[in-house]
Amino acid sequence: MAQESVAQDHQSSWWHRNQQQLTPWLFLAPGILFFLFYVIFPIFQSFNLSLYEWDGLGKAEYVGLYNYEELYWDEAFYTSLKNNVIWLLLYLLAIPAGLFIALFLNQTVTGIRLYKSLFFFPFVISQVVVGLVFTWFYDPTFGILNVLLGAVGLPPMNVLGDENWVTVGIIVAGLWPQTAYCMILYLTGLNAVDPEQIEAGRLDGAKGWKMLWYIIVPQLRPATFIAFVVTIIGALRSFDLISVMTNGGPFGASRVLSFYMFEVALSEYGFRMGYGAAIAVVLFLIMLAFIAYFLWSMYKEEKAR
Amino acid sequence: MRSMLKTSAAAFAILAGTMGAVSADGLTGDLKIFLDTSNPAPRATMEQMIEQFQAKNPDLNIETTVIDREAYKTQIRNFLTANAPDVATWYAANRMRPYVEAGLFEDVSDLWAEPAIADNLASTKGAMTIDGKQWGVPYTYYQWGVYYRKDIFDELGLSEPTTWEEEKANCQKIIDAGKKCYTIGTKFLWTAGGWFDYLNMRTNGFDFHMDLLTGKASWQSDEVRKTFANWRELIDMGAFIDNHQTYSWQEALPFMVQGDAAAYLMGNFAVAPLRDAGLTDDQLDFYQFVEITPGIEKAEDAPTDTFHIPANAQNKEAAREFLRFVVSPDVQTEINNGKNLGQLPVNAQSSVDDDKFLVEGFEMLSTNSPGGVAQFFDRDAPAEMAKVAMEGLQEFMVKPDNLDKILARLDRARERIYK
Repeated sequence: MAQESVAQDHQSSWWHRNQQQLTPWLFLAPGILFFLFYVIFPIFQSFNLSLYEWDGLGKAEYVGLYNYEELYWDEAFYTSLKNNVIWLLLYLLAIPAGLFIALFLNQTVTGIRLYKSLFFFPFVISQVVVGLVFTWFYDPTFGILNVLLGAVGLPPMNVLGDENWVTVGIIVAGLWPQTAYCMILYLTGLNAVDPEQIEAGRLDGAKGWKMLWYIIVPQLRPATFIAFVVTIIGALRSFDLISVMTNGGPFGASRVLSFYMFEVALSEYGFRMGYGAAIAVVLFLIMLAFIAYFLWSMYKEEKAR
Repeated sequence: MRSMLKTSAAAFAILAGTMGAVSADGLTGDLKIFLDTSNPAPRATMEQMIEQFQAKNPDLNIETTVIDREAYKTQIRNFLTANAPDVATWYAANRMRPYVEAGLFEDVSDLWAEPAIADNLASTKGAMTIDGKQWGVPYTYYQWGVYYRKDIFDELGLSEPTTWEEEKANCQKIIDAGKKCYTIGTKFLWTAGGWFDYLNMRTNGFDFHMDLLTGKASWQSDEVRKTFANWRELIDMGAFIDNHQTYSWQEALPFMVQGDAAAYLMGNFAVAPLRDAGLTDDQLDFYQFVEITPGIEKAEDAPTDTFHIPANAQNKEAAREFLRFVVSPDVQTEINNGKNLGQLPVNAQSSVDDDKFLVEGFEMLSTNSPGGVAQFFDRDAPAEMAKVAMEGLQEFMVKPDNLDKILARLDRARERIYK
């Protein structure tokens, strides 16, 4: 028997000898091909396009770094950049909010499944619907927000029409589904919390905040990491809410980079592909910083194991 | 031998010519039509019209695609370059320039040379002309003007104004009665462009307005400042509804329907939703935008919607025939009547529907617009400039004190865009 198999091994083809190494690559091949074609290649294409002036129809004209110089002088670009930073910071509130809702819902009472699904509901419905609901909520004439403000004696406000409030208003709308997402991540995380450690903590006299901060939260690290990743990426690609709620207005005050890019390159009045590509490159570099950090910390974790 | 070749070629040409003439009644092959008339009423009108064309040409295989009006504006760039239809809808004037310059629209000057079109469509020829050639045919247009609540005017004892002073005096009385003079929704910006069009054309005249929109005049000039000063008078009075930057033009309609605002500067397409909301023709009326600088010839906005043949079309013969059909007097009368588009026919031989707004609008455009006919702010100016400028106009309406900053910004954009 043994002799036979050795003989077979000896004659076997190159494929047979390398099967072990090749199979994973074969399985990965479709994914890699699509990733190369739809992600990596367009990135370089955008880099290249940002050096041209092109209306999407005629001939592209090489202009070097002119598009970036334009960006430097463009007020709208700085408004968008500033709004992106606000989005990044405020959107992170979804993480603690999600954690507290998850803690609150992590109990066994009758109908808890129903409550959980109700809290999760905003994440299931489309962002467009969320945007519309909040637009009506904020409506300065017919919306319920001003009714509520009036009830407590505050003056009415036009959240989406005021350039200082509009971004915050949209972020609040965005936090609604994002909080639900973080909540689900933490709920699953809480299932994995080790009851023995809680017991031990209790014996040592840990209670309330201390219990949460020193015993529970450290065990939720994986969930927190994922929540960070999805929230930051969600903040950077915020687009649908802005498009639905304000269309970038009033006078461009609620634009973020992704929306501005769309506007100059692809919208009804947009004919500046090169300029749009330049904005895309800037956005990509910002994202790259985060992605690199995430990849690095994931790599570190893998190695520590 | 040579002469024989020549004669046979000539004979062939004659044959082809007669065949062409014959096939005018019996076109064959496929005809792909792309439409942006996605709203229910215009869609039904167009489909009905195409059915008639099909009945006249039974051997032609017509394929109609209706695309959402807003989505169409971005999709057109793709389908004109790859997989072009034989006929496509679009807009006149500068709005078609990018496609004309990229060589994506077919030159149809030959159609405009035919007497049936040359004699009857003269009024819209200018809007279809770029570089001395015509690039499509119009199928409908409509007037702009002030639509107002006649019952509110009657109640306050006001009459239709004709001068700027009267307009402001009327407005003051409306404000004193606790209402707003004008409703407007500037969320999508272009409505502010309509106000600027009229204020600037009335303050400085049609020619200056065109110079400004084509980049020949400066946004920081005294003329433009005068226009904004006039506009500011209304803004400072509180003439416009509050929070208009949050509303679309449709969302601004209820203010007028409920009587919180007395008038709306809008295109004729606003009449249908106002009627649907319950306003009768006794409550709703129309007047031409008033004179501001005495002696300046009045000019009007009358945006024109058009049909074009893409340069990459397959069946240009049938497409041309379709264009001839669309602009023919009977079809024009039919599709623009009150039951269908409810707009103005482009053919001088057609009759205007009995609708009071259409009659008044037609009268105004044909007899009381000596200065010229503009398309609209975002169709006369290049797309990029229109976008930046309309954003500035919206900002001005909310924060009139920012005017200097806005004008400086527009002038910088002008230097970049028109270089």
